Amino acid sequence: MFKYFEPNKIFSVTSKAPKYVLILFIVVLSIGLVEALILSPEDYKQSHSVRIMYVHVPAAWISLGIFSTITFLSIVGYIFKIRNFFLISKSLAPSGFVFNVIALVTGSIWGKPTWGTWWAWDARITSMLILALFYALYLVAWRIYEDKDKAFKITTIITILGIINVPIIKYSVDWWNTLHQPASINILSKSSIHVSMLFPLMIMTAAFALFSLLIFLMKYNTELIKIKNKGLNRL
Amino acid sequence: MINETLLMNGYGLYVWSAFAFTLLNFVTLYFVIKIQYNRERNKFIAKFGTLNSERAAFAKSQSINKEILSNISSI
Repeated sequence: MFKYFEPNKIFSVTSKAPKYVLILFIVVLSIGLVEALILSPEDYKQSHSVRIMYVHVPAAWISLGIFSTITFLSIVGYIFKIRNFFLISKSLAPSGFVFNVIALVTGSIWGKPTWGTWWAWDARITSMLILALFYALYLVAWRIYEDKDKAFKITTIITILGIINVPIIKYSVDWWNTLHQPASINILSKSSIHVSMLFPLMIMTAAFALFSLLIFLMKYNTELIKIKNKGLNRL
Repeated sequence: MINETLLMNGYGLYVWSAFAFTLLNFVTLYFVIKIQYNRERNKFIAKFGTLNSERAAFAKSQSINKEILSNISSI
């Protein structure tokens, strides 16, 4: 099964895909921006400031999703010695980190009109900041370690330590008294968010997911060409 | 209508700055990765050009190298 994850096979797809993903991303983002900024209603309590949710929440979801994926791929890659899984993880990390920063900064901007402060050492915000530090550590580790085997080991340890923080982020609003409200969207039970707000939120989430796919494909291709450059040196 | 969209009952500055920050990050990340990609691809093409015909033929026999060379302006 793992032969399908060989770089040669994957590159034939990833080299052609970015231009189509970019077009699709621009289309979905345009629809999402119109929905989020113009068509969606204002909140009865938060008024128009609720619109920040359409960038803040998808960014937070995707940064969490990417970190979980990186951890899974690193562990499986380390156990079964699949180097390509590390390449995929390394290529996912930049967009995950940027989404984490977007979630923190837009959350801070949203906090000012809603809570009256730019920053609070609230459980959700602090745990998201810790996730950003793990992302930064992960990216720095790839830059520091020249020895690939050492880099695989260190980055896997970083992701295992970092993943402990992910359920803390998710359940921090239930476990502690925080400024954040409990989750409005539940997969297993009825969501408390109105469909007129849920729809733009889903569109923006799709747009953000497409952007992270685009960045992943471009970064993955770059990493593969980097490997091939080293291969040409040895010819 | 335009004024309402821009000012948003006084929340316009917060909303627009959050969206602007997000889009600025998207554009920056896209171009950083694109520059890295172009740099590596150009390096590959330059190195390929310096190979003698025998080595170039061998390198070209690898499907991934062929893909890299044929996707010069893929993004």
